[in-house]
Amino acid sequence: MVARVQVPQEAKRGEAIEIRIAIQHPMETGFRFDLMGRAIPKNVINSLVARYNGAEVFRAELGSGVAANPSLQFYTVAEASGTIEFSWVDDAGVSGTERAAITVI
Amino acid sequence: MTTPAGFARHPSYVKEGNSKARFELSNRSYAHLRLSAVALLFAVACAAHAAEAQKPSPLKSGLDFAGADVRALQADDFANPGMLWVARGEKLWREPAGKAAKSCAGCHGEAPAGMKGVAARYPRVDPGAARLVNLEGRINLCRERHQGAAPLQYESDELLGLTALVAHQSRGAPVAAALDPQNRASFERGRDFYHLRQGQMNLSCAHCHDRNSGGKLAAETVSQGHGNAYPIYRLEWQAAGSLHRRFRSCLFGIRAESLAPGSPEFVDLELYLAWRASGLPIETPGVRR
Repeated sequence: MVARVQVPQEAKRGEAIEIRIAIQHPMETGFRFDLMGRAIPKNVINSLVARYNGAEVFRAELGSGVAANPSLQFYTVAEASGTIEFSWVDDAGVSGTERAAITVI
Repeated sequence: MTTPAGFARHPSYVKEGNSKARFELSNRSYAHLRLSAVALLFAVACAAHAAEAQKPSPLKSGLDFAGADVRALQADDFANPGMLWVARGEKLWREPAGKAAKSCAGCHGEAPAGMKGVAARYPRVDPGAARLVNLEGRINLCRERHQGAAPLQYESDELLGLTALVAHQSRGAPVAAALDPQNRASFERGRDFYHLRQGQMNLSCAHCHDRNSGGKLAAETVSQGHGNAYPIYRLEWQAAGSLHRRFRSCLFGIRAESLAPGSPEFVDLELYLAWRASGLPIETPGVRR
């Protein structure tokens, strides 16, 4: 699973910063059938958490209505230099993490 | 992977334009006219051939036919979902593979430096393999020769990723397919495939992409059919896909029998399209509906 995280490299303390993540995932709805007519089991990223230096700043619960390769963005306040780490898990039990560093001046 | 051999020589193959002329001329029975008729037939055939290989004017990328939202998605390097495949390619670029346990980076260095402008020159004839190969084919040849690895499956995320990564390094560079004696036969086969009426709809590529580009096909705007943004992220596919997948979609649309991705007929067509798109900037990874 490939993911990309975008955070500003540098931010001023107290500034609102935009955080974005894109994850390569089929987000299989469970409503589709393969060429042999067998149902393709539902497999979506069901939960995603973002932690800023260990503290949870964002949480999302995704369902079958979300398109493949989901892209999410949110804002948080820059407090201290460190890392923003995302972790997620899908219905098949496959989890992933991706992180990005930020410097607060 | 099976492809119908001699596809371009199929009896249903009718070259547009000159078939009627040939019929009328060959019906003339005057002996004294026969020689000049043959000469005229030859001239007509040549003229029709020359007229067939045409570049649209002005050249327009598929992006010019896309809506504002699709263009915005392609322009934003983070939001563009095709960049996920480029990122996948970057990972694979550094991973050792095969018996030689060599990575792409081991020979070529970092992709941005080593692969700049490469994609603009493909497809081209590989001297070792003595056949026309596209970027996907070249990557697989490299795996076989230098890494001792099995070729990646066509249309797999791995091969799409590496292709997207390599093509992405040529973004902005004009497509520059050069015709030479080595690829001339491939070019002609590709050109003939492009003008071949196929399927239950009895349409050739030219009917939509040369004569009716800019027109509507249901809700879609018909493009000029260039390959300068491939591999693309197509919203309908919800995934990245190769130019050959697009060919298959088009052939399915005209209800024609399709060929396997990576088949030589498709690579020939890719060369014709590259010649036809010469000058258009490469956009990989493009986004289309």
